[in-house]
This record gives sequence, C-alpha cells and structure tokens, in this order.
Amino acid sequence: MAINFSNALGMHEQALMLRSQRTSLLANNIANANTPGFKARDMDFASVLAQTSGQQSSVRVTRTNDRHLQGLPATASAELMYRVPSQPSLDGNTVDEQIENAAFARNALEHQASFQFLNGKFTGLTKALKGE
Amino acid sequence: MSLMQVFDIAGSGMSAQSLRLNTTASNMANANSASSSAEQTYRARHAVFAPMMQAATKDVFADASMQQSAVGVRVAGVVEDARPLQPRYEPGNPMANEQGYVFYPNVDIVEEMTNMISSSRSFQMNVDVMAAARTMMQRVMTLGQA
Repeated sequence: MAINFSNALGMHEQALMLRSQRTSLLANNIANANTPGFKARDMDFASVLAQTSGQQSSVRVTRTNDRHLQGLPATASAELMYRVPSQPSLDGNTVDEQIENAAFARNALEHQASFQFLNGKFTGLTKALKGE
Repeated sequence: MSLMQVFDIAGSGMSAQSLRLNTTASNMANANSASSSAEQTYRARHAVFAPMMQAATKDVFADASMQQSAVGVRVAGVVEDARPLQPRYEPGNPMANEQGYVFYPNVDIVEEMTNMISSSRSFQMNVDVMAAARTMMQRVMTLGQA
C-alpha cells in the first residue's frame, strides 16, 4: 500500500494547525486588552482536536437516499467560547492580560512540541525512503 | 494562514496603542495652555477602541469558527472630554478676559499618567506577541529539513 500521509502523520498535522489558529485568537485577545465591551474568547483545544481528527464522531448526517445532499463531516466549526472573567471591568472588557499572556506562552510551547512531533514523523519517513 | 494573521493583529494593536499614547502626550503637553474664552480652550482627547471585524467573504478557506472572530483592534475615533473646563481668577494673566478669568483645559494629569502606563504596557505585550509569532513561523519554515 502506498504511503498515506494522513496515516503517517497522525493527529500532529491538525494539532499544529489548531495551535496556529489558537495563537491568532490569543493575540486578538491581547490586542483588544483596552477595547471597551470586548469579550475575550478561546477554543476548547481538546474537543476541537478530537472533532477535527475525527476520533470522536459528533452529530453526523445520515443519508437514507442517494438523492440526499451529502452531509459535510463535522470540521473544526466548534463555537469559540467566551472566557469567564475573574475580575470584570466597568467598561465590559473581559480580557485579563495575565491570563492571556500565560495562555499565549503555553500555546507557543505546545506549538513547538507539535512541530517537533510532526518534524519527527517527516524525518522518519525520509529515513525509510532512503533506506539508510 | 493564521500565523500570518498574528502579525496583522499585533500590528493593529501596536498602532492603536501608539495613537492612544499620542493623545496622552498631547493632553499632557497642553495641560496648562490657558486661554481667554471657553471656546478656544484645549479639551482633553481620548482614543476610543473597537474590535476590527473580519469580512466573512474575505477568506473562503478560513475555518468556519474563525470567520466570526474579530481580527485586531482599530481606533473608532478620538473624542473630546465633555467635563467642564477650569475657570481661574487670574487678573494678572495676559490672557485674562474682562472679568479677570482665564480658562484652563479639563486635562486630568493623574488620569493621563495611568493612561500612559497602560498603553505603554499594552504596546509592549503586542511586541512580545509579534516576536513569539515570528519565532513560531520561522520554526515552521524548517519543517521537513533534516
């Protein structure tokens, strides 16, 4: 059987993509730290990843007739969730700069971890192809 | 490409914060510019921020969850402070009107100081975010290299 990239790379491909998306989400929270009425948002990483990599099947559309429209697989359309503020401010802004900063730093590290896993997969594939 | 978006977001944050710092500088510089009539007196200015919304059709390939999200911050406008000016009785002042009063701007120096600190901290955070995104991007570029 030919090499199947999605089998070979596993979930790390999706994980890296989601980490990048989360980076821009958190960056947006930090950029709007002084915007009145802005609500900080974040994604539930574990559930979105499970959905994207198709491990946990959520509600699917079943076709009982060939003429039915093909239901799209549940992709990462998970709703962004709003952060629960620990110290709400008077202007309605719910960004806590410390929390966002910590989440951003952690996300950057996890991005690096995902990258290294993915890079390791590629290195392994290259080694197998070369037969060294 | 969401890592590229981070540059736009952090950049918009930096430019908004620098505009805020600009209004603060202008307010503090004019805190003591007196004038003889209330109309001509400087009034404190404040920048108003609003989230920048992404056009839904801009990126067809963008993830559905990202489409409704805001991308960055923009300055919705600069408003003048509505608080009353400070009339002071200074007959010796060359700017004094017939009653001997001069008008001082409604700038609150303490408030401007806190604004200055807040905007400079936020600017710094955005710079850090951009630097981190740059490192992540550079790392991704090396994907697949031995």
